[in-house]
Amino acid sequence: MVTSVIRAKQLTAGYEKVTVFSDLNTTIKEGKITTIIGPNGCGKSTLLKTIGRILKQQSGNVFLQEQDMKTISTKEIAKQLALLSQNPEAPLQLKVEELISYGRFPHRKNVGTLSNKDIEVIEWAMDITKTTAFRDREIAQLSGGQRQKVWLAMALAQETSILLLDEPTTYLDLAHQLEVLKIVERLNKEHHCTIIMVLHDINHAARFSHEIIAMKDGEIITVGTPKEILEKGTLKQVFNIDARIMIDPDNGAPVCFGYDTFLEQELGEK
Amino acid sequence: MCESMINKMKKPKFVPILIMGTAPLFIVFTIALSILYGTKDIDVTTIWLAITQFDSGNVDHNIIMQSRLPRVLAALLVGAFLAISGAIMQGMTRNYLASPSIMGVTDGSAFVITICMIFYPGMSNFNLIICSMIGSAFGAGIVFGFGSLMRNGLSPVRLAIIGTVIGTFLSSISAALSTYFQISQDMSFWYNAKIHKVDPEVLLLALPFGLVGLFLALYIAKSITILSIGEDISISLGQRTKWVKAISILIVVCLTGTAVALVGKIGFVGLIIPHITRFLVGVDYRFVIPCSAIIGGVFLALCDVGSRFINFPFETPVGVVTSLIGVPFFLYLIRTRGGERRA
Repeated sequence: MVTSVIRAKQLTAGYEKVTVFSDLNTTIKEGKITTIIGPNGCGKSTLLKTIGRILKQQSGNVFLQEQDMKTISTKEIAKQLALLSQNPEAPLQLKVEELISYGRFPHRKNVGTLSNKDIEVIEWAMDITKTTAFRDREIAQLSGGQRQKVWLAMALAQETSILLLDEPTTYLDLAHQLEVLKIVERLNKEHHCTIIMVLHDINHAARFSHEIIAMKDGEIITVGTPKEILEKGTLKQVFNIDARIMIDPDNGAPVCFGYDTFLEQELGEK
Repeated sequence: MCESMINKMKKPKFVPILIMGTAPLFIVFTIALSILYGTKDIDVTTIWLAITQFDSGNVDHNIIMQSRLPRVLAALLVGAFLAISGAIMQGMTRNYLASPSIMGVTDGSAFVITICMIFYPGMSNFNLIICSMIGSAFGAGIVFGFGSLMRNGLSPVRLAIIGTVIGTFLSSISAALSTYFQISQDMSFWYNAKIHKVDPEVLLLALPFGLVGLFLALYIAKSITILSIGEDISISLGQRTKWVKAISILIVVCLTGTAVALVGKIGFVGLIIPHITRFLVGVDYRFVIPCSAIIGGVFLALCDVGSRFINFPFETPVGVVTSLIGVPFFLYLIRTRGGERRA
């Protein structure tokens, strides 16, 4: 049996007076890649941020390894869970290596320089994300794709078993999107990281996830394997699109190869 | 993994060490310069005698011990305090225009000092410092409060506008009040920096506040670096962000409040020094804070020496000198950085 690594119980969250979702329950399985999909504004990023304690919930609980996160110190959480938010912006003069080294923050004592262990992890993070080549450059000199890999390296330097990624492929070209997702896949396969991410591209979600959570209007519509989610009925319900699905003969993942909006009359009839 | 790489990453940084290592030399040089040159040139032997065998009947000795020495020490301290405050504000808010004078902190201090001078004349020096700190907190509170209420109000340029508008407003009320209650003579002290009239007694009182602020600033420096990467990242790395912000504000209020109580409002030191420092030492606040303090102190003390010669033999307010350098720099910053989208 697969155990739950993160569990949300009657979670309510939002921004100031706006509640994005309420009484939400969900369970994330250990060692799996779980992707949250859904239309803009459905609450998928909010859910990820609340799980990652960037956003404080209005009520309800999040359990990390079955322990209420409110009872764990934030530094302890940071040793188990790393979150990469959407479009982070670092001071532009910061050097790549320096930025990545801050990922070691939760593991370090208040004073002192990097230990050998710290440096090993930083080197590993740069190696896996292929950022070693530009370790001495400043953030300002990097392209969008390189920056995203550097941020990913920083999250990896945190050396956590759980990784939360909020739209890690936004603003990247096709090749860089794939590169980032392949790194994610490798982390899951080789290092058994549990990964929870938000993606807009349902084909990427289908190809790289074990499980997909489909959200709409602050509610979880359904949870299932890619084949269960990339299906006409579900995609209609979640995105209101008329999707055409096939199976990619190369990797067996379902692919939405085309879609249309439903005509007004059709909607009117129902 | 190879040993050389480990050593490379552990290698200490050269520039900050150089700045901190040579700091005593620069400070001594600045003090010497400031004591030697002024409206009245005093030779080295007299200075030596004044320090070793002070003669209260000797005019030159009195100039040195009562005016020039306190003056340069005050300039060094105030420059350091303002530069640290600016560095912390810029790091904490990720706003490159943040600084005590632009965000209304110094105006808040002067405002509360005015009020206190009207209603509690003959305040003790200790109370004066406390009032000044309360004023700093008041000014910062209003500006950041307004900024938070407005949509996008915390963006760099907008926060600078809010800060300037509120700062000007507080200054105007202070000016009106001090005219009405006929204390504008006393108050002009705080509006045109009175570095040349610094009270040695206040200087001594200010020292502990400054040291506490400095110590706290160094203690929290690493956390400010993490915060400067971004608030979400900072929380994700396990930092208690609210706590760090609270201590940072406390330091700014403490240091800026003390600085204003000592010499009045001085603009632009808190803005430009952290920028120059980051240009030299990078964005690690463990280096930015101490180096800002050194560069800020020496900069203000040199401006003070310069202020004696712009309109020789009359003194020019030191605020004029810092503004002459600061305003073009400020415009340059808006021009080059203003277009970037920043949190």
